[in-house]
Amino acid sequence: MVPVIVMGVLTYGLLKKVNIFDVFVEGARKSVNTILTIMPTLIGLMIAVGIIRVSGTLGYIERILKPLFAFTSFPSELIPLTILRSISSSASLGLVLDLFKQYGPDSFIGRFVSIMMGCTETIFYTMSVYFMSIGIKKTRYTLSGAIIANLAGVVASFYITLWIFGK
Amino acid sequence: MLNYLWGFMILIGIVVAAFTGTMGEVTNTAINSSREGVEVCIKLLGALAFWMGIMGIAEKSGLINVLTEKIRPVLRFLFPDIPDGHKAQKYIATNLIANILGLGWGATPPGLLAMKELQKLNLKKDEASNAMCMFLIVNISSVQLISINIIAYRSQYGSINPSEIIGPSILATLISTLTAVVYGKIMERRKRV
Repeated sequence: MVPVIVMGVLTYGLLKKVNIFDVFVEGARKSVNTILTIMPTLIGLMIAVGIIRVSGTLGYIERILKPLFAFTSFPSELIPLTILRSISSSASLGLVLDLFKQYGPDSFIGRFVSIMMGCTETIFYTMSVYFMSIGIKKTRYTLSGAIIANLAGVVASFYITLWIFGK
Repeated sequence: MLNYLWGFMILIGIVVAAFTGTMGEVTNTAINSSREGVEVCIKLLGALAFWMGIMGIAEKSGLINVLTEKIRPVLRFLFPDIPDGHKAQKYIATNLIANILGLGWGATPPGLLAMKELQKLNLKKDEASNAMCMFLIVNISSVQLISINIIAYRSQYGSINPSEIIGPSILATLISTLTAVVYGKIMERRKRV
């Protein structure tokens, strides 16, 4: 998939007589700024996630929430993440990397988490930024829609991972 | 919000650690995790530089504009309240294309401009319009088809085939977005109270 896109973009760029390498470097340069912006945030969040994991807090939270999901085959280790995902992008990223460390990215959990992260988004942060920018407080069915959409994403990711990769 | 969440996480963690006798591990983890954060970022830089470079070409060559035009019919269906050719369409299209290509950060500026334009079309200024609700729900359902970040992270943590999740991701994201659109359309038909 990625090579096809790269081929398409480069071909189109050449046809349009763009200095593709110069433009590439220019675009790539922007990534440095992005990384510098992300880095402190990621450091802070990974420390926080590391602490709640190592202290056993995460384990306690899982144990408390486990009975709610006992009737499904949903792994209880992932409950904190699915909740956190709707709240904070960086915090959930820290948790994802932690899960990669623990279970490996190719485990069922690793794959499920990878897929799930790509089809869900933070709810509260996104809504506040967008609506606050124009001063609207009555958001009507946006919140319910967002929750339902994310839930659909989580459930879909679960069954798709099961179906394609097995347990 | 993040202030409270982050502070809360660390404070609770330390308190629990005091009870479980894992204070030593907490210190170690603080140091190790911070180092790991740096490592992850440095390694991410490569994949990100590559992707943003390619997308830079797509932008400069006008490819993004072409794609924006192509999804106009979709926009007319999703946002029937927006008059065709209105600026809001262009901003929404740019926002969606940026998200689809995994350029989340590039999607926010046009997204905010889109909200401004939608507010101009909004009949009840203190309430979200149908278009705004649909726009937000679709955004939050995530239209991202290729998450280059996740693939890079997987590779960093030893995945044998990091990009194996591309196909399944696309399927999952289509499902979540479809759910969002269906829900939005259903809610639109209800009378605005």
